[in-house]
Amino acid sequence: MKVKYFAWVRERVGKAEETVDPPASVRTVSDLIGWLARRGDSYAHAFETPRVIRAAIDHAHVKPDTMIAGAREIAFFPPMTGG
Amino acid sequence: MTAPVTIRIQQVDFDIAHEIAALTHGRKDIGAVVSFSGICRDSEGDAAIAALTLEHYPGMAEAEIARHAETAMARWPLTGLTVVHRVGRITPGENIVLVLTASQHRQAAFEAAAFLMDYLKASAPFWKREEKPGGTCWVEARDHDDAAAARWTRT
Repeated sequence: MKVKYFAWVRERVGKAEETVDPPASVRTVSDLIGWLARRGDSYAHAFETPRVIRAAIDHAHVKPDTMIAGAREIAFFPPMTGG
Repeated sequence: MTAPVTIRIQQVDFDIAHEIAALTHGRKDIGAVVSFSGICRDSEGDAAIAALTLEHYPGMAEAEIARHAETAMARWPLTGLTVVHRVGRITPGENIVLVLTASQHRQAAFEAAAFLMDYLKASAPFWKREEKPGGTCWVEARDHDDAAAARWTRT
């Protein structure tokens, strides 16, 4: 699946998007955050406070316990500050 | 007729009078147009702001605004709606965002414009970065923006 990062999550990870293939045990958005955080120091820094990370699956907001099966694109970003 | 809905995300500035004219051109059923524009300030508290840079999530930003536009159209008797949000670098005094709501009467237009702005701030995927004398930093989300959006939730 494709993963995208925005704002300071993107800066900390060091890339805007990538394709990842997590193991079957990674079932929810929250699981995916935990799995990504173990990929290296930059990821650990980006995801050090999971409760502030917002997520979207295929362009719609989702909660941490949402299942990721079937997702084409998952995005992670800080709380929004537009408008 | 179906009420026209215009949603645009763009780098360039917009002209409010032109957007209102585009919304009302040739129409005789509109009795009220409410316009909200968000403008870049030159300070935040005591800190001077040289500029803002707005990042967005292309595709989702349009989709999220469209979902809220649809909710607004279903909730109030609107006869037209325009949302324009700029991205990229914006300096103090420049426009950031525009919401126009048209209706037969003012109450629906006022309420729908406030609803759209509250949801835009709380849930449309845009992020502001401020340029201050000491460097640049991402703007932190405020709890009162979430509370402003929550007040429209029917219980």
